[in-house]
Amino acid sequence: MSIVELQGVTKVYGGRVEALRGLDLTVEYGELLAIVGPSGSGKSTMLQLIGTLDRPTSGTVRIAGYDVAELSDRELSALRARHLGFVFQQFHLATGVSALDNVADGLLYTGTALRERRERAEAALQRVGLGHRLGHKPNQMSGGEQQRVAVARAVVGDPPLLLADEPTGNLDSHSGAEVLRVLNDLHAAGTTVAVITHDTEIAEWCPRQVRVRDGQIIAGDGRRPPAEIAKGARP
Amino acid sequence: MTRARLSPARLSAVDVLRVGAAGLRTRPTRVILSALGIAIGIATMIAVIGISSSSREQLLRQLDRLGTNLLTVAPGRTLFGDKAKLPTFALSVVKRIGPVNTASATGTVDATVRRTDHIPEAVTGGISVQAASTELLTTLEGSVSKGIWLNASTEHAPAVVLGSEAAKRLGLGRTGVRVWMGNQWFTVIGILGPMPLAPEIERSVLLGFPAAATYLAFDGHPTTIYERSGEEAVEAVRAALPRTVNPETPEQVEVSRPSDALAARAAAADAFTNLLLGLGAVALLVGGVGVANTMVISVLERRKEIGLRRSLGATRGQVRIQFLSESLLLSALGGVAGSVLGALATAGYALTRDWPPVVPPWAIGGAIGATLVIGTVAGLYPAMRAARLSPTIALATT
Ligand SMILES: Nc1ncnc2c1ncn2[C@@H]1O[C@H](COP(=O)(O)OP(=O)(O)O)[C@@H](O)[C@H]1O
Ligand SMILES: [Mg+2]
Repeated sequence: MSIVELQGVTKVYGGRVEALRGLDLTVEYGELLAIVGPSGSGKSTMLQLIGTLDRPTSGTVRIAGYDVAELSDRELSALRARHLGFVFQQFHLATGVSALDNVADGLLYTGTALRERRERAEAALQRVGLGHRLGHKPNQMSGGEQQRVAVARAVVGDPPLLLADEPTGNLDSHSGAEVLRVLNDLHAAGTTVAVITHDTEIAEWCPRQVRVRDGQIIAGDGRRPPAEIAKGARP
Repeated sequence: MTRARLSPARLSAVDVLRVGAAGLRTRPTRVILSALGIAIGIATMIAVIGISSSSREQLLRQLDRLGTNLLTVAPGRTLFGDKAKLPTFALSVVKRIGPVNTASATGTVDATVRRTDHIPEAVTGGISVQAASTELLTTLEGSVSKGIWLNASTEHAPAVVLGSEAAKRLGLGRTGVRVWMGNQWFTVIGILGPMPLAPEIERSVLLGFPAAATYLAFDGHPTTIYERSGEEAVEAVRAALPRTVNPETPEQVEVSRPSDALAARAAAADAFTNLLLGLGAVALLVGGVGVANTMVISVLERRKEIGLRRSLGATRGQVRIQFLSESLLLSALGGVAGSVLGALATAGYALTRDWPPVVPPWAIGGAIGATLVIGTVAGLYPAMRAARLSPTIALATT
């Protein structure tokens, strides 16, 4: 089973704007891939659908084996809480709240007790190299550090899939490299990581690149050869 | 292949409160201002209820001290509308009623009192001259603040005792001085203390029945009889008094219970209290609108945070409860502050008046209930709006 399966996915905004025009994409567990394309090509829309933040106009979205169309809003919330982590271009950290508590909030909706949330938040911050910044507030940290806090928050619950939308878009190249290194470490530890970017340099840094243009995938959709599909991966 | 059913985890009550409080902590000024609206409303209501309760408590304690077993008998009107008279034997028959413990009488004397014979007669300062039986002080459970009360010998003499108010109006603060009544000097032998149940005595100059007859041509008819019986017999005595005092025309006798006047004062204060309570309720309503307004703005400003929480796995219900708990905390904050302020205002006011400060528990309970209702109502609409926001809002870069 693949962690992400898109089949014939379209997304039309307001009945007119065709953001996605029939996508097929398969991502296997443990991959590190870049979704790359020019601005307005539909990358963020793709991430919203893969992240179950939105539903497709038509087609099938299957995440960790769940068909999104069959899930209620509550079930989608639970899916996001346990299976997905998000990193956004903006860090979305709570001001005036320590790095530790910002990260601990990543577990708020998983039913974990506060003590354990904090313990795991500390571990997650250590993973992103911020073990010495636990008590710092966002305004006491650099942009790169803040984004790493956001990454720690996304992975504190050990989700199998991490989605990052332009994670280095607001960072200088040095800080951006730091964040990418953290993402690479996570990938090495087994997390599936999808990085959305318009920057081909970053895309080339990933083992797999999915190229998007005008709402269509023009290369790297990861469709398996027909023989493999014929064998029947699912019942 | 079937997958495990997905079901969102529940937020613990503590986490709900933490999340709600976190929303407030980051905007302290706005929180204080909108909680202030609720606080003012609650403080007004608590203070109004507290002050009127303290005042009632004061009256009740006073009644307790003065007793409610005092009845007065006075002449009513005749068939033709003239002022009736009590018979001269009225006091002696009242004393003979079984349950009556003590009885005494006063009779209005047609005379004026002046400090000297130079002051014209008209300037009498609303002071009445009354003959009084020697038991009066006992019946009224009064006391003299200076000098002595009338006794078996002074009730025959040209001697007077001044009611407290009469002494004040005459400008007399000591005994031994003389006042001019009728055409003759009378010596002041005593000044009475306050008489809350018989304010008319406070405004009187009192002399003995025999002296009034001798020096001021008093006709001997009492105009008020005061009596006390056992508390349990008051109603029976009240029923018996008219026929006892005036067997021929009992309808020309008026019986009243002075303590009722005090109780009525407590009731009259309630009407005013209700008016002020209405004002408090309006203040509270305005406070509630303030909270709702703050919450609506808060939701607008925090769309990204809401989107982020949705991406972290918050359900619509959990977003709704977050904003509801924030609104509840906000108004509870106002409620607690208002209750404390209201209680302090009550205590301060009561202490300056020498009243026992009373804030009834039901008022505090009502305040808590009101803030909970306000917090819920004010938070409901903003919370629904927050819950309806699309989770994709967190990704929007603008
Ligand atoms: N909520 C929306 N409503 C209407 N149009 C949208 C919305 N989101 C995106 N679009 C449009 O869909 C297209 C793809 O947008 P997006 O997925 O954000 O591209 P990218 O992330 O690659 O820049 C663009 O033309 C954009 O204007
Ligand atoms: Mg984008």
